[in-house]
Amino acid sequence: MIAYEVKEGVAYIRLNRPEVLNALNKETLEQLAKALDNAARDGEVRAIVITGTGRAFCVGADLGELREFYERGEKINHGDILRQRYNPIIVRIRSIEKPVIAAINGVAAGAGIGIAAFCDLRVASSTAKFILAFGRVGLIPDSGLTYILPRIFGHGRTFEIYSSNREISVNEAHHFGLVDIVVDHSEFEAKVHEIAVKLASGPLKAYALLKRALNNHYFQDLELALEYEAYMQEVAGYTDDHMEGVLAFIQKREPRFKGK
Amino acid sequence: MSQLVEVSKDPPIAVVRMNRPDALNALNLEMVRSLVKALDELEADPDIKVVILTGTERAFSVGADIKEMSGLELPEVYLRGHRQLWDRVRRFKKPIIAAVSGYCLGGGFELAMSCDMIVASDDARFGQPEINVALIPGEGGTQRIARAAGRLIAMELILTGRFVSAREAYMRGLVNRLVPRELLLDHAKRLARELASKSPLALALAKDAVNAAWETTLSAGLDYERRNFILALFSEDGREGVRAFIEKRQPQYKGR
Repeated sequence: MIAYEVKEGVAYIRLNRPEVLNALNKETLEQLAKALDNAARDGEVRAIVITGTGRAFCVGADLGELREFYERGEKINHGDILRQRYNPIIVRIRSIEKPVIAAINGVAAGAGIGIAAFCDLRVASSTAKFILAFGRVGLIPDSGLTYILPRIFGHGRTFEIYSSNREISVNEAHHFGLVDIVVDHSEFEAKVHEIAVKLASGPLKAYALLKRALNNHYFQDLELALEYEAYMQEVAGYTDDHMEGVLAFIQKREPRFKGK
Repeated sequence: MSQLVEVSKDPPIAVVRMNRPDALNALNLEMVRSLVKALDELEADPDIKVVILTGTERAFSVGADIKEMSGLELPEVYLRGHRQLWDRVRRFKKPIIAAVSGYCLGGGFELAMSCDMIVASDDARFGQPEINVALIPGEGGTQRIARAAGRLIAMELILTGRFVSAREAYMRGLVNRLVPRELLLDHAKRLARELASKSPLALALAKDAVNAAWETTLSAGLDYERRNFILALFSEDGREGVRAFIEKRQPQYKGR
């Protein structure tokens, strides 16, 4: 589910389920957490890259994993899923005292955007694009996105992007700061490695101190926000609209929302 | 002095370090005895005015060594057990500052709360997890958290065993200052030196009076405070302090 490799002081953590566009199931998230811990502990590792195999970076939660629950009409506590699986990843990325780079090799959706947004730097391929996708299934943006998106886009544009379910191009993402560096797809991997190796030979202690300073003020109330977001998602997950959205998605039809 | 406890004197301050890092400074009886002995000596040492109690980077202390404790008989625990340490800190006459990095749990948290002030690194974590092994705090946790942070917070921390971050502990009034872990001891020493520049007698009287706030009713506490105030006022240091203030010069204190 996760491929892990250290090259010239750079740990590559590769989401490795290309057949489902690197969707996140329970096992993948557990392995991701473990990989981050290993990279944080390993003295040889001086920079960390999170990326995806194939044409997607990560399309977020693997709803297929929950499909049978939905088809039986069972309610799912999405708040607890966030608390147990997703929020610890976000908190880890922020607390690792090494640079963490999101190398966005292709499409990013849902929690995939969340993971990228909390890294220290986002390098995107020219083929990357972003889709929030939560609105289609009657959920709110999660994995910290309710916290970070308004800080990047402003709250109005966050609402617009969310409610329209539209795609954000790599250029728009770059313009607003969801992406920091855009690289032509043909030289993407080489360029990512170059950036990561350069960071790995930088003043790591100073990087770590900057990261702690940012955590202390820019991300000051992140953990409270994650907790609140989990509550909101729990409520959203119990709605009829969520169930309808998921069933429509599975049945490949347009959802009929009722606002409840 | 045992290696489990390291004392370094830099008059007028001394640092007492709990040094059992592979056990996250779990307090076994040998450590307890060494700490008590160290504090006895520092209290008697006229060159030392303020003491800092600290641990190692990953833990201040995770409390009593539960493995060792499970092998003790009741009389041993009651008469010769760990309590002598917390009692010793509680009755220590000089200001004592806890400098906390990493885990500060159970008896470790209670030990820190027995000190007069707590300086913590911003990644410290505090908690009373006894409930998770069907025990409860035994060295002041139920009383001191309730008094410092309120009954509701004490109930939550002690009944759930939840850990709180340094920031939350700070917001709830359980910690005086937050500093980066790299500067923890520096800042604790800075605070200690600031205290050491004051009259040791006035410090002892002030400490005694503040502690009375937790022990008595308001009217008894106010009487207590007034008596200590009068003692300070008519002490040599008190007279010297007031005179130096009027004469706009640095006071010379003798601790009398």
